[in-house]
Amino acid sequence: MTDLLSRPAPRRTPARPAEDRLNRRGSLEPREPGRPRRSLVVALVLACVTLMTLDHVNDGAAVDPLRRLVGEVYGPVESGVSAVVDPVVAVPHWLRSRHDLASDLDRLQTENDQLRSELGTVDYDRNRLQEYDDLTATAESIGYALVPARVIGIGPAQSFSRTVTIDAGARAGLAPDMTVVNGRGLVGRVLRVTSSTATVLLVVDADSTVGGRVGRSMKVGFLHGRGDLGQGARLDLELVDQTYVPAAGESVVTWGSQDGAPYVSGIPVGRVDSVYSSLRETTQRAVIEPYVDFSALDVVGVVVPSGTTSDRGIIEADGSLR
Amino acid sequence: MTPLLTMPRALAALLAVSTALVLQASVFPHVAVGGVVPDLVLLVVVAAGLAHGSEAGLVLGFGSGLLLDLAPPADHYAGRWALALLVVGYVAGRLASAGRPRVAQWLPVAAAAAFVGTSVFALTGLLLSDPAVGVGELLRVEVVSLVWDVALALVVVPLTLGLFARVEPDRAFA
Repeated sequence: MTDLLSRPAPRRTPARPAEDRLNRRGSLEPREPGRPRRSLVVALVLACVTLMTLDHVNDGAAVDPLRRLVGEVYGPVESGVSAVVDPVVAVPHWLRSRHDLASDLDRLQTENDQLRSELGTVDYDRNRLQEYDDLTATAESIGYALVPARVIGIGPAQSFSRTVTIDAGARAGLAPDMTVVNGRGLVGRVLRVTSSTATVLLVVDADSTVGGRVGRSMKVGFLHGRGDLGQGARLDLELVDQTYVPAAGESVVTWGSQDGAPYVSGIPVGRVDSVYSSLRETTQRAVIEPYVDFSALDVVGVVVPSGTTSDRGIIEADGSLR
Repeated sequence: MTPLLTMPRALAALLAVSTALVLQASVFPHVAVGGVVPDLVLLVVVAAGLAHGSEAGLVLGFGSGLLLDLAPPADHYAGRWALALLVVGYVAGRLASAGRPRVAQWLPVAAAAAFVGTSVFALTGLLLSDPAVGVGELLRVEVVSLVWDVALALVVVPLTLGLFARVEPDRAFA
């Protein structure tokens, strides 16, 4: 080691006199081996600064050929090494434990369930929004103030009375014998109320009688329910004028009662499906197909006098919410 | 006059720098800590400075920094790494002690050089506002890379020193 260290000095000193230089004190100072000349340092630093400047101006157009050149050399090497390394790097993924996989599966299943339930309620939410929209439009078109409510219970078929419970009651400004509508037409009337719920008798109930009027001829009659709820739900219209034969497709609206109880006038009920005459009873009977789908009731509106105080927003007759 | 870079020395340096560059670009991203990879090229330059003095370190630092500036993933202003590694090579050469370096001697040198190098690179970035990042983010990255560099120095520097000693046993560790 000593030999190694001491050897360069005697050999270099005579061979490289030009490398020695005068120091500040004016004496000759042998250049330390391995120390860079100042000119070299300055040149390289200037080269760096020049490069940075070149790359800075003109968006590096001057350096791009150099980058291209180096990239052509090192690019293939890097991609080759990467191709070799990638399978090795992937090894830990093969060695994942069953526990990891099970927890992954759990997580994904939970996520999937969440997404499914979201997907399931999207249609429902959209329909609810549509129903509220329809209700607002209805309040505007029939010209009455409405308290919005949702159907929260449907009476069992074995009771043979077609009633539903809605989530608005006396606190919302409801009282018995108020008309209940939805976006399509007449639903029924309020039978009785509690402070927070109300029971509604649907017009399709067998005991329900509604005064109806055939829209085009203004002929009046009585609508009786048949007790069916589903798609086949029909009402029978018994006209007072027995000579009049309504045409199929004619619209039937409510006739109205005194003080708007139990039914306000001018609410669409349904349209004439077919007409037949009963010889024995000597009256014309028309079968009415109601506009409302009673098997899919959700959002309904209860007709209240304008200015009723309520625990919820009331849709006023002009369509505004109060 | 002894040529600064003899042929075997230059070849060894090119081999070491290229290997470090490719490893740094293609292999270490897989084990990166928060996206920060060790500066292998910097460590090779440190080893060169330790082995051959500050002039060789300076020149090799400039050359390998230039490669690092221009090789594919790089998109910063060219010359930034060249300047940083030039300083690294010089500092490593100046701090090197005579004789075959021992770990206790060169590890602090490597750490100091790594700190200086990453700092110079970061400072030029700040000056040129090249990657427009905040100082906090810059410090975080620098600390992580410093830890990486010191850890990897234990492997890279002896390997590179061994390579230089092998190609030129006579002249190594002058």
